[in-house]
Amino acid sequence: MTDVASPERLLFASTAQSFLEKEVPLSRIRELHRDGISFERDWWQRAAELGWASLLVPEELGGGSVSGDGVADLALVAEHSGRTVAPGPLHPVSAVLAGLADAEEGARHADVIEALVSGEAVASWAVYEPGGHWNPLQPAVTATRTATGFRIDGVKDRVEAGADSDLLLVLADCDGAPRQFLLRTDAPGVGVATQRSIDLVKTYARIAFNGVEVDESAAVGSAEQTPALVARQTQVALVLQCAETVGILDTVFDMTVQWGFDRHSFGRPLVSYQALKHKYADLKIWLEACRATTKAAVAKVGTHAADADLAVSIAKSYVAEHAPDMVQLCVQLHGGIGVTWEHDLHLFLRRVTLYRSMFGTPEDHNLLVYRMTKELESA
Amino acid sequence: MSQTTSAATQTESVQEFAARARKWLAENMPSIDPNDPPDADRGEEAPWLRARELQRTLWDGGFAGICFPREYGGLGLPIEYQRAFDIESRCYEMPIILNTPTFTICAATILDMGSEEQKRTHIAGALRGDEVLVQLLSEPSGGSDLAGVITRADRRGDTWIVNGAKTWSTSAFAADYGLMLARTNWDVPKHEGLTMFLVPINAPGITLRRIQQVNGSVEFCEEFFDGLELGDDTVVGEVNDGWAVASRQLYHERRAVGGGSEFASGIGAEGKTDKPTDYVALLEQVGQPDNERLQEMAGRALVHRAVQEQLIDHVYHGVNDGSLPPTAGTIIRISHAENINVELDTTLAITGSAGVVDTGDELFAIGDRYLSRQTASLGGGTTEVGRNVIGERVLGFPREYAADKGVPFNQVKRGRG
Repeated sequence: MTDVASPERLLFASTAQSFLEKEVPLSRIRELHRDGISFERDWWQRAAELGWASLLVPEELGGGSVSGDGVADLALVAEHSGRTVAPGPLHPVSAVLAGLADAEEGARHADVIEALVSGEAVASWAVYEPGGHWNPLQPAVTATRTATGFRIDGVKDRVEAGADSDLLLVLADCDGAPRQFLLRTDAPGVGVATQRSIDLVKTYARIAFNGVEVDESAAVGSAEQTPALVARQTQVALVLQCAETVGILDTVFDMTVQWGFDRHSFGRPLVSYQALKHKYADLKIWLEACRATTKAAVAKVGTHAADADLAVSIAKSYVAEHAPDMVQLCVQLHGGIGVTWEHDLHLFLRRVTLYRSMFGTPEDHNLLVYRMTKELESA
Repeated sequence: MSQTTSAATQTESVQEFAARARKWLAENMPSIDPNDPPDADRGEEAPWLRARELQRTLWDGGFAGICFPREYGGLGLPIEYQRAFDIESRCYEMPIILNTPTFTICAATILDMGSEEQKRTHIAGALRGDEVLVQLLSEPSGGSDLAGVITRADRRGDTWIVNGAKTWSTSAFAADYGLMLARTNWDVPKHEGLTMFLVPINAPGITLRRIQQVNGSVEFCEEFFDGLELGDDTVVGEVNDGWAVASRQLYHERRAVGGGSEFASGIGAEGKTDKPTDYVALLEQVGQPDNERLQEMAGRALVHRAVQEQLIDHVYHGVNDGSLPPTAGTIIRISHAENINVELDTTLAITGSAGVVDTGDELFAIGDRYLSRQTASLGGGTTEVGRNVIGERVLGFPREYAADKGVPFNQVKRGRG
């Protein structure tokens, strides 16, 4: 996916990389975990100053990207984030901005967009519901029309960075159709409870809405437009997952190759054993395949292609089927040190395991790929 | 022979070229349903005669050898033009069986290593549909250790006298010429005493026999050489430098097997058995169109199939821009075989008992096809050798110990058979 073509993108990528290496090395991730911190707001604001939250936003709303392909630039940031399993709300903020930027009457939310782009505010997408599977278009949370707007009732969970967010984009059923609403987490009737995740720093939240009153203007996009917006937000969330996973796999693979050269047994480097060479060869094949399919998905999402959903489900299924196994194989190649807390491998394994299951498992996406293929055939 | 229609030039954009091809194909090539292509069993004679005819039509129309240089009868265009032509030609009958090995391996290697005369004769001959080219490499005594061949070519006066045997030669019965690796010096280590010859298949001194495979295919052949006489003009590259030529063949073969060669023209299936499985139709056939478990399995196979295509593109461009070494072609060779495994395992699972007991429908063919599953992991060099290549020549790991390294070949231990 690193088609680092233009000098502008090259500079953008290297700035992102050095910012991440300097600010949030793996040792810092361990400190954040020890201190119970998900991410620091001023750190995120400085990341936003590098343009990370502006990439999906059109210029007239204060956004812009260096290359003109904001999705590709964002994927590049995600890939670099994977190298240090960076903290921060890149995924939830991007998913929300993808919806706000594409929504009809987008200017209605200009203030929120501006606050998100600058990093002053953090937002998350409240899409999962307790006990529920990945099924965004059938929310149980309700939005009931009132004289001045809507009243939101129900519970969402697995809301990334929910406890650190100022705003939520909530999927709710309104008059029998899914609809999204932007609301503040400090609004009366909103109750936030943190949910820990398998990752060292990423946290989620269960959020209850008890008669939360919002204005008419809180609605994001029309009812007709909502399925397309949800699809777009899902695409952005998934390509970020895939791109970050590619960054993780690339880093872990390099680490493991280096280990195999350095570590000697019976007077030979590990990588001289054919049994292990073949495992490394498989890792290399899967790594390049993960890159290839992620690159293809990023290109489709970047151009709003009609078949972007299909490309994204293909990439998610493939990457998530392989990534956890690949990192486990790297643990195996490291030997006993690989299962210790002090070795960094588990930081990467945690993140890819988290991503395997969020926004649809590979199995969920296999089913989607089958159904989309069937639709294409009968079309 | 000259091309009768104006040839494409680089000044023509890909879009313009595609538009011209679209019009020409509609007027000149027989249309087919790409989901139900005409059968082209490589073991039969007729498909080869048909392929020669179709190739001749392409040549006459100025659409043969899109990526081969103009001086040897091609169009000298970049791969984007070939890709565009592939898309345009999907619904037309194309001489697909000529792609491998004739164009993607043999003509590609002759282009890299052959004499000027060989290039002018054989590349153009193949592009005209006059010549089918094959490889005569493997021997009964060994497969993966290609440089250990024991077919011998001895100098007698001005000629070479060849004795020995080759095997696993793809469709050699239908061919005009074969690239044949023989030992010409036994007193030096194995790689240094080899010479590549371009052999006329129908020459006296060659006896050809078909090999029958598990699935009934008789596409592969074995050849016996008894005092075959060859002139110096049949040597490809230098005498005793045949390994360099064979290495080019292997390079082109790895790319071709994975689907990454710019010298292949047309992307359709070779016939019904080569056609990608239509999983939606398969679920209908087994009477389980709404079975979510089978849908999920089929979806996974579709994902793997799509990623193989994306990987071919990624590796092709990676090798071109230098982000991957040329040996990375082996990546798509192995992933191709793995993908075949996923697909055939999935179809066997979905088909259930109808794949193994002939209940009078097409489903029985799925069981039959499964029996030959490993051909994808064996043909063109085993996947084990491929994994060594990735380990040693992509990732730079130490080479495997070789007992014959630096040893004159006549002192190397050989098996009994």
